[in-house]
Amino acid sequence: MSSTVLPRRADGRIERRVEHVMGMPISLALRGRHAATVAGDEAWQAVITQLRRVDEIFSTYRTDSIVNRLDRGELSVEECPPEVAEVLALGDEAERISGGAFSIKLPTDDGRRRLDPSGVVKGWATQRASQTLAALDDTDFCLSAGGDMVCHTADPSRTAWRIGIEHPLDPHTLIAVLPIRSGAVATSGTAHRGAHLVDPRTGREPKGVASVTVIASSLTWADIDATTAYVHGRDAAKWLQTRPIRSALVVWADGTTTRLPQDPISSDID
Amino acid sequence: MRRIVIWLASTITNKTSSAAAPSSASSPTSTAASNPTASPSTKITTYQGSVAQTRWGPVQVQITVRSGKITKVLILQQPNGNRRDAEINDQALPILINETVSAQSAEIDMVSGATVTSEGYLQSLQAALDEAGR
Repeated sequence: MSSTVLPRRADGRIERRVEHVMGMPISLALRGRHAATVAGDEAWQAVITQLRRVDEIFSTYRTDSIVNRLDRGELSVEECPPEVAEVLALGDEAERISGGAFSIKLPTDDGRRRLDPSGVVKGWATQRASQTLAALDDTDFCLSAGGDMVCHTADPSRTAWRIGIEHPLDPHTLIAVLPIRSGAVATSGTAHRGAHLVDPRTGREPKGVASVTVIASSLTWADIDATTAYVHGRDAAKWLQTRPIRSALVVWADGTTTRLPQDPISSDID
Repeated sequence: MRRIVIWLASTITNKTSSAAAPSSASSPTSTAASNPTASPSTKITTYQGSVAQTRWGPVQVQITVRSGKITKVLILQQPNGNRRDAEINDQALPILINETVSAQSAEIDMVSGATVTSEGYLQSLQAALDEAGR
């Protein structure tokens, strides 16, 4: 079921914006005081400007990007903008925590490892760019980069954002709805790109899992944890239990699901 | 705060079960519910938990149960000393559509899914939402 997807009739008008940066759609939903003000629009423009700069530094598709020059040895880390060291440190931490299931040094056909921090950059950059929006007083936002998002509600008494979680086996329907006021939601899977997520330790695709959605306080780690759990394949849910996340939804290859934490309370209110 | 919220969830679970079956409770926290004030006509009951010492400081919660379901959590005391209303949905647990959500109430603001590329965007649910909001 669930094929009917409606934009909700929320309290107060929701303004929406879309731009394409880093090869993906950046979508914004804005409500509250600055939903339709000049300040709100300037904050959105600042988000896009910041993400474009991130793309110039970190894109692996641009031959002349800083990160590709770093990989070719044309630059040292010290010669790069300070964001590079920050992202590399995050990548190292993620690799350590994941036991190597997450890495920003990906295996290539010729046996060497190529620097590709994309798995860190998207979440980190979106979380960072969202600070501009969070500074708007009495304004709520939901900022999504290709399906991973930062949500913010300025006043906790206001309605939660409702996030539809796409069904990985049928991407035109939803498998779940997530009410969230403030926090990050990241989903990893291969529904739109074909198999592009491989275990860096083996170069193979994970088995048994269709998608992993992680809800956490920061998108930087929600995104990393969703990717890592996905790479863990059949152990995705087990591995997530070791992480300081708020909750998660694992959809298995056969369409069955596991929610974490496992149903602590009845949630059919609101 | 994240861990406190999760801790809260498990404590509330205990309180719910203690309200339903007080005699079978064996965990110390499950005896914390006290002074229930019931109103038979609406079946709304509030329970106030005792103050629990956590590594982040003292925490005390009050829950409201209506027709056997928790409908509100009021944090009476938390480590930073503020009172704060927190509705249960702040736990942000995905609600499976085939379990509890009818197609009608599946109204949503955004879509989370495997990374949508700019090429695939126009076919995505998010594109439909963005378009509807213009």
